[in-house]
Formats: sequence, C-alpha cells, structure tokens
Amino acid sequence: MSANHDDHHDAPDGHGRALRLGIGGPVGSGKTALTAALCRSLGPSLRLGVVTNDIYTTEDADFLRRAGVIDPDRIMAVQTGCCPHTAIRDDIAANIDAVETLEERFGPLDLVIVESGGDNLTATFSRGLADRQIFVLDVSGGDKVPRKGGPGVTSADLLVVNKTDLAPMVGADLTVMSRDAAAVREGKPVLFTSIREDRGAHSVAEWVAGIVESWRHQHSHSHL
Amino acid sequence: MTKALVRARAILRTGLDDRGLTRIETMRSDPPITLRQTAPGEIHLVSTGAGPLGGDRLRLDVEVAEGTSLTVRSIASTLVLPGTGRSLMEIHVYVASGATLVFAPEPTVLAAGCDHRMTTSIELARDASLFWREEIVFGRHGERPGRCHSRFDATVDGHPLLRQEFVVGDPETDASPAVFGTARCVGSTLITTETAAEEPKSEPREAEVAEGVAVLPLAGPGTLVSALAADAVELRHRLSWGESRVLP
Amino acid sequence: MDGLPGLLLLADSRLPAGGHAHSGGAEEACRIGAISGPEDLARFLRGRLATAGRVAAALAWSACAAADAESAWRLLDAEADARIASPAQRLASRTQGRLLVRTAKRIWPSAALAALARAVPDGAHHPIALGVAAQAAGCTPHQAAMAAAYTSVTGAATAAVRLLGLDPVTVHRVLAELPYDSVIAEQHDWSALPAHAAPALDLLAEQHLRTEVRLFVS
Ligand SMILES: Nc1nc2c(ncn2[C@@H]2O[C@H](COP(=O)(O)OP(=O)(O)OP(=O)(O)O)[C@@H](O)[C@H]2O)c(=O)[nH]1
Ligand SMILES: [Mg+2]
Repeated sequence: MSANHDDHHDAPDGHGRALRLGIGGPVGSGKTALTAALCRSLGPSLRLGVVTNDIYTTEDADFLRRAGVIDPDRIMAVQTGCCPHTAIRDDIAANIDAVETLEERFGPLDLVIVESGGDNLTATFSRGLADRQIFVLDVSGGDKVPRKGGPGVTSADLLVVNKTDLAPMVGADLTVMSRDAAAVREGKPVLFTSIREDRGAHSVAEWVAGIVESWRHQHSHSHL
Repeated sequence: MTKALVRARAILRTGLDDRGLTRIETMRSDPPITLRQTAPGEIHLVSTGAGPLGGDRLRLDVEVAEGTSLTVRSIASTLVLPGTGRSLMEIHVYVASGATLVFAPEPTVLAAGCDHRMTTSIELARDASLFWREEIVFGRHGERPGRCHSRFDATVDGHPLLRQEFVVGDPETDASPAVFGTARCVGSTLITTETAAEEPKSEPREAEVAEGVAVLPLAGPGTLVSALAADAVELRHRLSWGESRVLP
Repeated sequence: MDGLPGLLLLADSRLPAGGHAHSGGAEEACRIGAISGPEDLARFLRGRLATAGRVAAALAWSACAAADAESAWRLLDAEADARIASPAQRLASRTQGRLLVRTAKRIWPSAALAALARAVPDGAHHPIALGVAAQAAGCTPHQAAMAAAYTSVTGAATAAVRLLGLDPVTVHRVLAELPYDSVIAEQHDWSALPAHAAPALDLLAEQHLRTEVRLFVS
C-alpha cells in the first residue's frame, strides 16, 4: 500500500489542497456567467483555477479567457465525449487530471472551480471530484423547476436561481420558487441572482468565500 | 519449401577521397538489381530483367561513411510479379555521423497475385541526415493488388525512431476507413536533419495536415510525411508538398 | 492468482479512467462521412484492430510480462513512441495512459505502477499503462493483450453509436464478431514487436485536433 504515499493528491481527506467547487445545472442557466462572476469577485483575494467541461469544442473556456477575469493559463478545458454527466460523476479521471495539473502548475491554490457541461436535472458531481457544489437554475425554465426536484436541486450545497431580471417576462413567480426550493432542500441555502445586473454575483461570492475559509481551517497542513 | 529463383545481393559503400569529396568505395550488384553511378555521389538502381518475381530474394546493403553524402534513385518503378512463392526485398542501411543519405526510388507496384515481403532497417548515427521516400502502388491500372508485407525500422544512435509495418492485399483491412480507406497507394517520407538531432527541443514542431497527407513530427529527431492517394501521380504530389513543409 | 476479475474490470468501459471521452478517430471519420453506417463501422473497427489494436496488444503483453524497473518502462515507452507517428495520437495515448495509471494505482496499489508513473511522468502510452495495471491486477500477459485489443475498438464503437444513433445491438454484434485472437501473440523481443501502421487513422487524428466542433478528445 506504500506505493501511494508519494502522491499527496491521493489523500482522500483533501489536506493541503484547494477546495474543489463544482458548478452544475441545465444548459444555458448561467454556469459560465457565474464562474466569470466569481472570478471577478474572488480573484483579488483568492488564488483560483478553473476547469470547464464543454460539450462542443472549448466554447466556455474561450469565453472565460476572453472575459479577462482570470489568467487564461489558469483555465483548463475538458472534453466529455457526448456525456457531460459522465465526466463529472461516473468517470471523473479527466477532470481530476485537469484540477491536479492546475494545482501542480500554479499551486498552492485556494479554490478550483469545475464548471460542468450543461445537462439535465439529475446531473450532480461525484464527491471524488467536487468537495462542494452549486446547482444553477434560471427562471426561464418556469417556476415549477424547483418543485420538480432531482438530485441537483435537492442535494447541492447551494442552489442558485439566476436571471431574476427575466422573471416578469417569463411569468415566473420568485416567491413560489423560493418556497418550493426551501421545501425540497431541507434548509440548505438558495440564492437568487441576476448576473446580468450584478456582474460579481456578490451574494454567491460571499457564500463561496465562506466555504473556502472553513475548508482552509479544516484542511490546512498545520492540522496534520 | 519455395525454391529461390534469384538470390541477388547489392552493396554500396561511400568514402572520402583525397579532396574530402564523396566517392563510391564499393558498388557491387547482381541482376535483377544493377547499380549505376550517374553523378558524383549519385547512384541509380536500374532493373535488368523483370522482377522481383515470386521466389526471388534480393538484398541491398548501403553504408554511408562519415562526412559523405549519397543519393540513390531509380530509373523506373519496380513491378513485383507473382512467381513460385514469396519474393523478398531486404535493405540494410547505415548512415554515419555527419553523413547524408537521400533514398528516393520510383514506386513499388504490386501486380495481381504477387506475394512480396520488404524489410528495411536503417541505423543512423546521432547527427546523420536522412531523406527516405517509399511509395507502394496497389496494382497496375485497374488491377487488384497481390499481397505485400513491409516492415521499416529506423534507429538513431541505437534508439528507436520509427517502426512501421504495412500489409497490403488483405481484403479485411485494405478498404478499412481506418487503414487505407479508398486509396490505391500509400507513401511516406522519413526526414531527419542534423539540426533536428542537435536541438531536439529547439522549437515545438507542429504537425500539419492537408487532403490525404500529414506532416508528422516524430517523438524522436525526425519527421514523417505520410500520404494516401488514388494514384501514383497524386501520391507523389502529396508527398512533395509535405516534404517541402519540412525542407523548405 | 486468477486474473479474470482484473481483466473484466480493465476492459469495462465503466472503468473510471477517462476512456469514455476518446473515439479513436471515429468522430472524425463520422464527420467526413467515412463512417456512415454499421458496414463502414465494421470495416473501420477491423482495420483499427488489425493495426493499432495489434500494436497495443503487443505492448500490453510486453508490459504485463516485464519485471518492474524504471529503465525498462522508459525503454518500452520509447518503443511505443516509435510506433505512433502522429503527435495527436501520441498525445491521446499518453493522456489515457496517465489517467489509467492514476486510477489503477488506487484500485491495485503496486510498486510497478508507481515506478511507471515516476519513469514517465507525463503519462506512459496507454497500452503500457494497461499492461502494468493488468500485472498489478493479477492478469496474465495474454489477458493484458486481450484487454488492449478489445479496448482498441470499443471506444470507437461507442462513439459511433452516440454520434450516428446506430442501433447499439447491431454494433455489439460487430464487436462480437471481431477476430481479437488474431492480433494477440506471445512477445519477447521489444524491438521486433508488431508495428502495423494505419495512415488513415493518422490523418483522422490530426484533422480531428484541428476541427472546430468536436465532442471527443480524440
Ligand atoms: N438576462 C440574463 N441573462 C443571463 C444571466 N446570466 C447569464 N445570462 C445569459 O444566458 C446565456 C447563457 O449563459 P451561460 O453562462 O453561458 O450559461 P451556461 O449555464 O454556462 O451554459 P452551458 O455551459 O452552455 O450549459 C448567456 O447569453 C448569458 O449572457 C442573467 O442573470 N440574466
Ligand atoms: Mg457554460
């Protein structure tokens, strides 16, 4: 069993490495917009890395690079061969490889964000890949979506309902969404955002800063 | 089992003359291979008689001495014909330090019913230069090819550079979109240059692709131009394009 | 030790080692129309097995049979390099090898896998990683070669099912009829290992890398 000891990345408890935050959710809900917003808000205070899981090409990675919110080298794109959920749940090898490459190249890092490819309501991150996860919905799918549940909505550490600016246009009732989400999430937090209006997604950034802080506390080397 | 019809051996060796120029030190050959010097440091392979025929066993040894350069071409393409049993063409090459070999004969054409085996082994010294072109045409016009199995091994300073085998004439794989697709000829040119050996990591060499041809920087100090084509003219055209990308 | 469970796990497409994102040239072949139905796919897979599959099987056999030494792994890795002319294919092979070693180290901890990771830090070629993983899992060299031959075609087959919407049962029948045994042989001399080239696969791999819209890594 000693063969593993030279490889600290195999340490299952996460000592001495960055918090890995998964951002999942349906196609177009605003995952990349949120990733960019978090880089904007947290970039000045935290050492960041980003992994994107694009369905086609490297669209999301390119968007983030162009957005200029983070050193382009700190963004890695993973291709998922028709199956975005496989890459974050069943076979996470390529994502782990990308995260570890970022940590090796730019480490130590505080936070590595892994954006999943847009998928359905059942897609969640494996615990082998993400320590915490955010599920991003938008209001345009209708206010029924939180009620429908699914592992992403019910079990994510944070549920973000994005594009609140569009609510009046699509006739989505935010109080209904809030009530239904609270019911299926047993008290876990829900935040409403409009990244169009708040380009730093400040409420979400604050939540992320909080979990990074407690992760650091629990997993710093001094606790070994 | 198969009776050898012809056993022919050709030997070609260069050396330096008093003025430091390349001269042909040894040039020996038997029919059906004949070697003919056409210019200083340039030899042509001349086919005398048909062949190789099934059962023939031909061998060519080439040694390019330190600091010399040699070019080997041929007058016409080689037509491999059926006979009794398998024909064999074996080539052994050594290119010494600071030496250059250009080997660019006309294509090998596999006539219907042939059963041919080709092996080429090339040893390169660290700073030897090589230009080695090989073209195989699957049958004369409109003809189904016989069988051919070729193996090519090149090493640099004892380290493997390129090892490639081609099997032609196996209906299982010939028309495979993974192997030759709809092509009727396959060709490749291996190019190593002194500079490649000296500065293996100088600048990252990029692969290039165009219709039916790729320029492939190898893991070791060399580049392979690999092409597929419908006929020998198109094949040569594609290879030449790739070669020009490596040696402008 | 009976290596059969190890063989089944290593050959399973659910092995979490990143294989699902590689199409082995099939995505590009579908894009350019070289594969459009089950017959083309069958020809593609036969050719792939007889060339890349044969070479992979020989490398996996050799890796599984080898005694552990970093110098040996580097030597065998260089033999693999000399057999893969296309940089795109070398990259895909090394990426898959690196992911497989990382996964296998945790499933079957072994000194040989650790030594392989040290000897070739960017990732050993996939068939070598597979052979050493098979060794760690208690497989015979023949089983390692079988896993390599089999996985040389299954990724491409699955990709074609997804991309073209082919009937998965038809495609599995094609897989069932492939002559895996014909590409597996006992190996001793590493320099003489099979080196069957597939020029079309080289072209597909390089074109694929330069194609704007693609779902698979290779
Ligand atoms: N009106 C409005 N549009 C938004 C908001 N956030 C993002 N968008 C837009 O929604 C579209 C999709 O956003 P992305 O961030 O690319 O969504 P995604 O979830 O990353 O999409 P995929 O990765 O393709 O699944 C883009 O055109 C964004 O500009 C918002 O708060 N309000
Ligand atoms: Mg996105």
